[in-house]
Amino acid sequence: MQSYFKNKWLPYLLLSPTLIILLIFLFYPAFETFLLSLYKVAPYGNRKIFVGLYNFKQMFRDSDYIYSFVLSLIFSVVVVAAGLSISLLIALLLNQKIKGARVYRSLLIWPYALSPAISGAIFRFLFNPSNGYMGYFTQVLFGIYPKWLTNGNLAFIVMIIAATWKNLGYNIIFYLAGLQNVQKEALESASIDGAGATKRFFAITFPLLSPTTFFLLVMNVIYAYFASFGLIDVLTEGGPANATTILIYRLYRDFFINSRVGYAAAESFILFLLVVGITVLQFKTTGKKVYYQ
Amino acid sequence: MTSRKRNALIYNILIILSILVVSMPVILSLVISTQTPTQVYSSPPRLAPSNDFSNYPKAWESVGLGRMIFNSTVAAVSVTIGKIIMSLLAAFALTHFEFKGKNLLFFIVLITLLLPIPVRIVALFQITSSFHWIDTFWALIVPFLASATATFLLIQRFKTIPSELLDAAKVDGCSPMRYLFQILLPLSSNTIGALVVIQFIYVWNQYLWPLMSTNSREMRVVQIGVKMLINAQAMNNWGIIMAGVVITMIPPLLVFFIMQESFMKGFALASEK
Repeated sequence: MQSYFKNKWLPYLLLSPTLIILLIFLFYPAFETFLLSLYKVAPYGNRKIFVGLYNFKQMFRDSDYIYSFVLSLIFSVVVVAAGLSISLLIALLLNQKIKGARVYRSLLIWPYALSPAISGAIFRFLFNPSNGYMGYFTQVLFGIYPKWLTNGNLAFIVMIIAATWKNLGYNIIFYLAGLQNVQKEALESASIDGAGATKRFFAITFPLLSPTTFFLLVMNVIYAYFASFGLIDVLTEGGPANATTILIYRLYRDFFINSRVGYAAAESFILFLLVVGITVLQFKTTGKKVYYQ
Repeated sequence: MTSRKRNALIYNILIILSILVVSMPVILSLVISTQTPTQVYSSPPRLAPSNDFSNYPKAWESVGLGRMIFNSTVAAVSVTIGKIIMSLLAAFALTHFEFKGKNLLFFIVLITLLLPIPVRIVALFQITSSFHWIDTFWALIVPFLASATATFLLIQRFKTIPSELLDAAKVDGCSPMRYLFQILLPLSSNTIGALVVIQFIYVWNQYLWPLMSTNSREMRVVQIGVKMLINAQAMNNWGIIMAGVVITMIPPLLVFFIMQESFMKGFALASEK
């Protein structure tokens, strides 16, 4: 766009509402949270002592924190890998030229509107130990009745399934949008050259989809680390015995339940570093390897 | 049968299977919401719904769902409208004017993508408390009014609108604000439609911040209501819980289906280059 409106003060006026909100509710709290991580704060916030990196040292000495850290990592890797591959497969199916594709599309993306808490409630029912559907079916099919939500490892698996399911709609939407941008001519010429469907997918479609995949990678990691809070609070409340207490749930408990303000602020800052890390990684990768049209 | 027809059949079957897998948890919650405890606890599980809807009023009354739906609606509608208006103004300023510090201000908006709620939650809670906003609508609405995502989607849309329109408008002596509201706004209806869906669902489905920033029964939102419903049913009366779950998913689904066309169009545009 070459031409502009000429006005000295209007653009600042137009931007000011956004900037004021960002300053008061985003930049200032982020900075203040970082500062608080360097203090030991009395439970009601009226007294604080500067302690430097003490909170961080405590955190990495705490085996419970390390446990949550590793749990978050495993959780996010599995949720991202499973979520992206399943939704890419479904999006590829929906992208075929078939009758009723529009109706099918609606029927597959609507779970986008559902919340993590709702997913937690439904899966808590499906896997509950006394009358859950899953217990019954595994008993009929395999003769076993696993204690889904009372065994730590199994509860973690249920949490992964519920979280993956909840984000399918979102991922399918973005893959569908991405697929629409894959140039049809490229595919057609490749098929004339005798490339099979599988070869075409890995040689053409998948590389062309890489911007979408990287975008979804970041959004899904952030979803797994943060937005899954509601799901956990409804499904397991972090239990049994911390087996599903990922970092965000620990942060909530340390800050809101146990009032460990400085310590929680330090936990928050680690999460900030994580967001920065993955964003930088995305920018670097998309800059170098990702295929742009 | 030709191979093309056979392929189409296979695709249809696979898609219908996917739909079943994706929808099954919700279908089951609908079925359970019509069952009595005896039916829920029968073995083998009863997969047929009944025609008894008495769980719905029970769920509604047991935790006061009506008030929660009101709260969630007020928060979601206010944030959606407020955020779209503020983002329209910001995107307009960043695309249609030249001014000192433009790149810096763009960068300031951009960098907020690095600041989701959990990385600032400790101090955000303290600020909200110091404003005496805890347990009020202010806490649920004001911190969410500005958004990098909405501003960028609108910037992308504005950049695809031919600059000849602006030149013509300037020749006609059209004021900037009139140009924004009478030319750009109607041309961006699909992007705005997509934003309505994204923002409404985002606010409606929020959990952590409402859990911390509200505490009275009068100010609770529906997502917390789901948890309260489970805790209120000491005997795990899943029929009532699932009825509550179904009620809380209706408003965002309505918004999604009503706005679906412009949502999909807005997205296809947004992902172009």
